[in-house]
Amino acid sequence: MSLSTSPRIVYNEGYLDEQTKRVVRRALLKGIAIPGFQVPFASREVPMPRGWGTGGVQVTASIIGDEDTLKVIDQGADDTTNAVSIRQFFERVAGTASTTRTDEATIIQTRHRIPETPLGEQQIIVYQVPIPEPLRFLEPRETETRRMHALEEYGLMYVKLYEDIARYGHIAKTYDYPVLVHGRYVMAPSPTPSFDNPKMHQNPALQLFGAGREKRIYAVPPYTDVVSLGFDDFPFEPQTFEQSCEICGSRGVYLDEVITDDSGGAMFVCSDTDHCERTAATAQLDQDAEHHDTEMNA
Amino acid sequence: MIDETPLLSVDAAGHRYGDRFGCRDVSFDLWPGEVLAVVGESGSGKSTLLGMLSQRLSADEGRISYLTTSENGPEGAQDTVHALLDLATLSEREVRRLWRTEWGFVHQNAADGLRMHVSAGGNVGEPLMANGWRHYGSIRAEAEAWLGRVEIPAERIDDSPSTFSGGMRQRVQIARNLVFGPRLVFMDEPTSGLDVSVQARLLDLIRSLVTELGLAVVIVTHDLAVARLISHRTLVMKDGAVVESGLTDRVLDDPQAAYTQLLVSSILQG
Amino acid sequence: MYVAVKGGEKAIANAHALLAKRGRGETDAARIDHTQMRDQMGALVARVMTEGSLYDPDLAAKALLQAQGDVLEAVTLLRSYRTTLPRFGHTVAIDTAGLPSERRVSATFKDLPGGQQLGATFDYTHRLLVDELETPDLPASDPVEEQSMPRVTDLLGIDALIEPDRPAEGWTDPDPADLTRQPTVYPMTRAARLQALSRGDEGFLLSLGYSTQRGFGNNHPFVGEVRVGQVEVELEIPELGHAVPIGRIEVTECQMVNQFVGSAEQAPQFTRGYGLTFGRAERKAMSMSLVDRALRREEFDERVVSPAQDEEFVISHADNVQATGFVEHLKLPHYVDFQAELGLIRRLRAEFDARHAEESRPDDTAEQGVRS
Repeated sequence: MSLSTSPRIVYNEGYLDEQTKRVVRRALLKGIAIPGFQVPFASREVPMPRGWGTGGVQVTASIIGDEDTLKVIDQGADDTTNAVSIRQFFERVAGTASTTRTDEATIIQTRHRIPETPLGEQQIIVYQVPIPEPLRFLEPRETETRRMHALEEYGLMYVKLYEDIARYGHIAKTYDYPVLVHGRYVMAPSPTPSFDNPKMHQNPALQLFGAGREKRIYAVPPYTDVVSLGFDDFPFEPQTFEQSCEICGSRGVYLDEVITDDSGGAMFVCSDTDHCERTAATAQLDQDAEHHDTEMNA
Repeated sequence: MIDETPLLSVDAAGHRYGDRFGCRDVSFDLWPGEVLAVVGESGSGKSTLLGMLSQRLSADEGRISYLTTSENGPEGAQDTVHALLDLATLSEREVRRLWRTEWGFVHQNAADGLRMHVSAGGNVGEPLMANGWRHYGSIRAEAEAWLGRVEIPAERIDDSPSTFSGGMRQRVQIARNLVFGPRLVFMDEPTSGLDVSVQARLLDLIRSLVTELGLAVVIVTHDLAVARLISHRTLVMKDGAVVESGLTDRVLDDPQAAYTQLLVSSILQG
Repeated sequence: MYVAVKGGEKAIANAHALLAKRGRGETDAARIDHTQMRDQMGALVARVMTEGSLYDPDLAAKALLQAQGDVLEAVTLLRSYRTTLPRFGHTVAIDTAGLPSERRVSATFKDLPGGQQLGATFDYTHRLLVDELETPDLPASDPVEEQSMPRVTDLLGIDALIEPDRPAEGWTDPDPADLTRQPTVYPMTRAARLQALSRGDEGFLLSLGYSTQRGFGNNHPFVGEVRVGQVEVELEIPELGHAVPIGRIEVTECQMVNQFVGSAEQAPQFTRGYGLTFGRAERKAMSMSLVDRALRREEFDERVVSPAQDEEFVISHADNVQATGFVEHLKLPHYVDFQAELGLIRRLRAEFDARHAEESRPDDTAEQGVRS
């Protein structure tokens, strides 16, 4: 039996069907009830490739509604190509309002960064996760890691940290740095730089994590303890930058190194573009106000 | 009451492979500080017995009891409570707790009992980290101390066992199994495959550690000389059954069972 | 002054336009109609349907055109669309012996009821590249006698020489899990594994199957049967109380017969490997059957000697849509994490250099001492 005419291709509103949204939300609720525990879910195909944020997209698609405002960032920037692509996807299938301002978003979908602007109780941040299992590179078998989580056997994780210190004098993990959530489950925070780990601790926002290809969802409810692993005498140390942003002057924020010439000359600018723009704009306003004052006084 | 209860009590225990019994009707008691050798040729059931005792295999017949030490008093209290456990009733979590805190298992092949690409220090430190030790300096110092006790040079602490000789790997395995202070250690042919002189040194080491730490040991071996050197009592196994048992010197000097006599005499002729 | 890079939206829009232009080719040449793709590239369409888990030759053809011939892109398009389709129910299990096959060959017997039907196959063609394709006439055929073509495995089963296709006792015929609706949990049932294998990448399974023939695991396979043909698809209608045929689909089936030496409790029997695909796709069906049998090693207590026997390894890496997604995602910006690594490496490097600067000073004087 074959069709003699071209089939008409029709998509649902919001892309995911309601049944699937329910499945994802149930997994999210379970994840929130057991902070840091990876809940398996039947990850659906979505119109972008696996590895490009399908988990995050499914989580966002299942929670987004008419009254939401969506911000999508990748590497901290709203304008990176994949962030643009995902934002356009939601504009197209769900007609969502979107923004680049962290303080105006109700849902923030992110890849590899947590915004510099502190989040509030009414906000949800959705992380895109490639490898949800923090023990994966120490133990490739899913059957084993599942048992280790169930029995709270995390010795192997500490062996890895021990080996780093013995070999390098420091712990050598700079991103996706493992954390202990609510004193029970060791969790992979996604490849955010360890610089961002402290932001996860006791955060007023709801933090959701989606791994589409690996088919896992997990969550950290608001105001939950999230502690980066370490030893008492070699505790976790987030990275620091000596420099400040060359555009807006911010200190204590994560910076991107931009190569400016052939001989490797570089400059440092904010990774969080929204933060940078607003700080620079405020600095400009202050400058103008000073000018204005001096002019008036002249 | 504690002094009257053996550490390990085995009562007519057996393990089945399909229709066949790997070992059958094994009974003995083991006390702290005692070394029990289980000797026999390959196929005698001695490895099955060890597997069954250590809960890697099920006891399909009979009963195995272990006197565990659990700290049931409030934090920091001195009183430790001893409880007699029927091993068949334990959950996986409880068995794994025993493995981390009270039992050791030294494998014949060191690669089975070590992480070959983790440093010696990491290998010996892992049981401590699994038991909640969180001070790098202390973990490293303890690992270093134990590597010293098994006569591994201190400067090798950061090398991985894949760079060690067979005898050294076994020493690391022994250190890893003793670092957390177990009360009962199972050993499966720990010296076979090693040079005779290396074997002798290793057995000497084991013997002195056992005495020093008051360990109970069940050691499986096909080599009567090993049993003679290291054990207080011996079980002789053939075709899954215990044919003779008693004090090691008595069993080897004055064997009663025909099979034991055969074993002993073939050693003398060899 | 440095201005932050902007213009991602515009770049994407232009990239899409350029892609469409490249995919169109010469504008005065006709666009390939999807029916031409569907009919003249049958093998490619079969692959996209099988790995996309959707039987619809027209949609598969359209996907291939939209993907400009990239098979995995086409599979992704099809799966993505499949996700949104409503489900009405499950069919009755298809009966591959129910309709006469256009092609049916067996390596285990010289002749058998129904005969060896070559059907449409590349097998005996001479692989000589030609300028123009010809469609020679087929001889006027006698009306096809509806000869029965019993399955070879059923023939062997008469004397119980081969394991039955279902367990003898206590089998409740449970519904197989649907991999696209439920999360994958290891260890898997054979039914779930077969689902995963049928969706799996043809190349990956081909190589794994090949490895089992070369000594990485070996279970002496024989092709019991390869069948290509149409099967009836029937759906249970609750209101009617019985199943109703809703159409026919073309499938390729491979039953591989493998050796097994019995144990004390079990009589010696041949064992099976199974492969099934949409459309004409023998290579995939055969590869799938080799890997299926290799993954059944636990049922037969076989030693693990090769990756093809490792369920977690094979199934986790068989899905090519997942694989390509993750491999290709490396193109996405990773500069934030790279920055973190740069920071660490610079720090470690500084410490290394400082340590070696200290050590090299006393050595210089020692060397001079030796030389003089």
